Amino acid sequence: MENVTLTIDGREVTVPKGSTVLEAAQKAGIFIPTLCHDPELSSPGACRICVVEIAGMRNLPASCVTEATSGMVVYTDSSAVIEARKTILELLLANHPEDCLTCAKNGECRLQDYAYYYGVWAGNFAGERHVYPVETDNPFIVRDMNKCIMCGKCIRMCAEVQGNNIVDFAYRGFNTKVAPAMDTSLGRSDCVFCGNCVAVCPVGALTEKAMLGKGRRWEMKKVRTTCPYCGTGCTFDLNVKDGKVVGVTSTDGEVNGRALCVKGRFGYGFIHHPDRLKKPLIRKDGKLVEASWSEAIKLVAEKLGAVKEKHGPDAVAVLSSARCTNEENYLMNKLARAVIGTNNIDHCARL
Amino acid sequence: MTNTIREIADTDFILAAGTNTTESHPIISIQVKKAVRKGAVLAVIDPRKTEVAGLAKYHLRIKSGTDIALFNGLANVIIEEGIWNENFVKERTEEFEAFRETVARYTPERVSEITGVPADVIREVARGYAKAKNSTILYTMGITQHICGTHNVFSIANLAMLTGHIGKPSSGVNPLRGQNNVQGACDMGALPNVFTGYQPVTVEENRVRFAAAWGVKDLPAKPGLTVGEMMDGAGEGRIRGMYIMGENPALSDPDANHVVHALEKLDFLVVQDIFLTETAQLADVVLPAASFAEKDGTFSNTERRVQRVRKAVEPVGDARADWEIICLVAAAMGYPMSYGSPEEIMKEIAAVTPSYCGISYERLEKGGLQWPCPAPGHPGTGFLHAGKFSRGLGRFHPVEHVPPDELPDEEYPLILNTGRRLYHYHTGTMTLRTGALEVAYPEEYLEINCADAGKLGICDGDRVKVSSRRGGVEVAVRVTEMVTPGLVFASFHYPEVAINRLTNPARDPIAKIPEFKVCAVKIEKVS
Amino acid sequence: MADVNLTINGMAISVPAGTSILDAAAAAGVFIPTLCHDRENPGFGACRLCVVEVKGARNLPASCVTEAVGGMVVETGSPAVVEARRTILELLLANHPADCLTCEKNGDCRLQDYAYRYDVREPGFKGEKHDYPVDDTNPYISRDMNKCILCGKCVRTCAAVEGRAVLDFAYRGFNTKVAPAMDVPLAESDCVYCARCVAVCPVGALAYKNLAGRGRAWEIEKKPVTCTFCEAGCTFDLNIKTGRVVGVTAAAPGAGRPLCLKGRLGLELLYTDRPAQPQLKKDGQFVEVSWAEALGLDAVIEKIKALEK
Repeated sequence: MENVTLTIDGREVTVPKGSTVLEAAQKAGIFIPTLCHDPELSSPGACRICVVEIAGMRNLPASCVTEATSGMVVYTDSSAVIEARKTILELLLANHPEDCLTCAKNGECRLQDYAYYYGVWAGNFAGERHVYPVETDNPFIVRDMNKCIMCGKCIRMCAEVQGNNIVDFAYRGFNTKVAPAMDTSLGRSDCVFCGNCVAVCPVGALTEKAMLGKGRRWEMKKVRTTCPYCGTGCTFDLNVKDGKVVGVTSTDGEVNGRALCVKGRFGYGFIHHPDRLKKPLIRKDGKLVEASWSEAIKLVAEKLGAVKEKHGPDAVAVLSSARCTNEENYLMNKLARAVIGTNNIDHCARL
Repeated sequence: MTNTIREIADTDFILAAGTNTTESHPIISIQVKKAVRKGAVLAVIDPRKTEVAGLAKYHLRIKSGTDIALFNGLANVIIEEGIWNENFVKERTEEFEAFRETVARYTPERVSEITGVPADVIREVARGYAKAKNSTILYTMGITQHICGTHNVFSIANLAMLTGHIGKPSSGVNPLRGQNNVQGACDMGALPNVFTGYQPVTVEENRVRFAAAWGVKDLPAKPGLTVGEMMDGAGEGRIRGMYIMGENPALSDPDANHVVHALEKLDFLVVQDIFLTETAQLADVVLPAASFAEKDGTFSNTERRVQRVRKAVEPVGDARADWEIICLVAAAMGYPMSYGSPEEIMKEIAAVTPSYCGISYERLEKGGLQWPCPAPGHPGTGFLHAGKFSRGLGRFHPVEHVPPDELPDEEYPLILNTGRRLYHYHTGTMTLRTGALEVAYPEEYLEINCADAGKLGICDGDRVKVSSRRGGVEVAVRVTEMVTPGLVFASFHYPEVAINRLTNPARDPIAKIPEFKVCAVKIEKVS
Repeated sequence: MADVNLTINGMAISVPAGTSILDAAAAAGVFIPTLCHDRENPGFGACRLCVVEVKGARNLPASCVTEAVGGMVVETGSPAVVEARRTILELLLANHPADCLTCEKNGDCRLQDYAYRYDVREPGFKGEKHDYPVDDTNPYISRDMNKCILCGKCVRTCAAVEGRAVLDFAYRGFNTKVAPAMDVPLAESDCVYCARCVAVCPVGALAYKNLAGRGRAWEIEKKPVTCTFCEAGCTFDLNIKTGRVVGVTAAAPGAGRPLCLKGRLGLELLYTDRPAQPQLKKDGQFVEVSWAEALGLDAVIEKIKALEK
């Protein structure tokens, strides 16, 4: 493929033709902030935070939608660029609640990151602010449109990855907001609550309801694992705080990317459910009562052994599980065949 | 799956048969939608008007249990119009003539009569499938859960071989598997007739090898019983002891009343699970197991990708990982199993399983691996059957249409179809205890067509008793165009609506899969 | 020492006589929030956030200054306790800037932690707010008294060092503030910038000037090092962000440990990839000086050079 060579902040960078200035900078390890840009989604070039200065150009182009061309001379942190970015942040903050104090996204918010990075305080522009009611009428997602910065990533995620087109921009000008058709709530829309919009929201506008109050983002340990539901095998991060799973967030899975479904993203509550079995149970006088492990295991071995002894190994049957790991199924197959001595092993593949 | 999930997005023609993809496999449906957005033609075969059917150019709303006729009809058109892949058939397959003779009898007009799909639609779909550069077939249990389930799959494979739409990227035969590790459980020999990696127990060489690896004198040669046969055996007293790990047959298996009776007859039942399931309540001993978040291991997904499961938290209470419990049981039965970690078990799996030979935890840290992965340096296999089928030549299996085991009659005038809902999973053991999913979707309902509802004088939300010859449940109805007249549908997620008390345990003679998708029922309004 | 038995949240607990309820609860693993409490200087009882309900007591006593007594029945999370704590937080927030957005202590702030824990989203009270200028007249510590919650930890830790007591409460009522004598800027005071006060400040009122903008609390990993400049052996923390040491901060002040500026600067020189140039006050003005001069090594170096000749 054809390459182009350009200069960014005094460094020569060579990228395939068709790359954007943003991609070229990223390749060279040069930081450019972005809010509306996402490599997986189309680029509307809307937020302008990624503007750069390019020698010979009249204005500051958005690097995410400007193609890198040969000989281009780019500055990513000239004073004009910094000033533009600061102004954009000031304008965004002029209509953004000042509640990082308790915001669920505190610590994992791009608007906050950039405000800190560029030393921008709120309150440089005074003006009207939105006062939308916070939408909490579904059990999965909280929508606080007061925090929305109109980057439109949720809209594009829903349309371009999930393919459901539930939300879009509604109204005009200052009143523009992201909404389902007829500006109803998500709960009343056709939303299937995959939460993929939450995964891309750069601010606190979309958050996981069950994670509210469960800990700050920096307190959570993320453990990458595989979803326990259907056979697709999506990868996600279990968010752990104080030895408990308090949430599921997207990571970059080989099968699913950042996409998850409602079960994978919001169906983890069973892990710490009070109904979980915590002790072995043994039936005594018709009732299941708690017992020790050694007692329970001894009884299992004795009883299975007795059936084998009396009626032969083929009088024992083993149901392994499509819910358990490969290692566990392997051991079950070994237990049935080598220890008990029967091929009576199956699982619910057909159900 | 013969292909990788992400390959679906690059397909030109998708034939989705008996798969409610957006609800049962939401993330795979993302790839289907992507393909459609890129211009692929989607044809959906389903008696229900599912969401994915709504996205399709062709919705072939067949009568339940007429899939073979339809696939034979498609093959008939493709051969009649000379749009089959002669080269592929000649070089890669055998027994074509017998197949050609059989499908010759399935003219579009005759198939239209059997299936209810217009002949023109059959012709158009056949042409679209055959002529597209890449065509893929997706199917799930709408195809397999019939007394002719295996033959249904044969008829699908026949179509793929006839057109050469197999053995290349984005073209193939792709069953979407329903459970996180159903693929892995099969791979690991949790089946009555094979060791790991589908090595038959009937082959002496395999038995000798495994006996040596496991340090035992010999291993049983006779294939064992499938789950349905185990239940029959328990009912008849041939099976006296049962060890059930992480399954809930009292809700998931057909004719659930019969299953409960059979389990009650056992001398000894041990159930290992994370909750006190309907099955565990029948047990003599219940062993508390760790959930997926509390243990290490691997799952193999529907595209044969082996991926890591990682321990995030300690097991609740005294619960223990299933692998640890099995080791304890084995040791107590006089066969010490001393594994320090699942990683050690995987090393043993790789040593005895050719298709998993190259898989190790060290490699899985860098990402999943799709089997066959026959050597430590092997990159894994994205799509199967490139250049050659596993058995050499692909064999055409001519198959004939057979009606379902139980069809409606005067007493039981409706067909009951069963399946899944987006918000729930299998017997609801987990999804009904999440604090979120069961709030969004609190109860089950029976889908019934407006015409049938009108005849029975039932309105949306009314409670009815739906019953078959085997049992009945009470459930609220939803009057909908999702189902055709004469068809009703419910999921099996809810213990309160244990729909499998009704389903027919008649099984496919080869795969032993029950006919969950068709049984005759009647409906009475309850006041 | 004799033990006393009491009940906290239904749990029977035994502690030595003289133990505060706060320490008894901590021993039992029961969490009680504190703002003004300092283990090195206990017994202040000012912020009232640690209030608990004691059966039979007329009001909600502060657990940090209430002795555990035999037979006491304590509830640490009753509705009355939670309401009291929420009200205290609302009052504090009523006169606290809402600028976690860029505050250096965001992510490591007790006021924020408790506001989140007790779900206090808004001040709840409207009233006058202080508008003090930020004191950054010196190169080491910046003081933003708008963020001060008057817990007095800085005052007490400063006074704990013999002959210091640079800070104390000044003025009365709403105008109360922590200040050096005569309410002068720190640069004009006797402050030696040991940063003991910064180490104990629970909020963003006191911060290291050289760390401003260098990273958020959750991005910074702290690694303890022991200072070797004198026999006191103070502990400092290396502040590491993405593998680079961006600064050195004073760890918790211990008894008899001065945590002096020399130690901190010396460790910065030793560990920081790009240490800031040190400054020394000459004739009441801070001027940039060499590291040797800042650390008082000029004379030593002169001698070594003389020996070399």
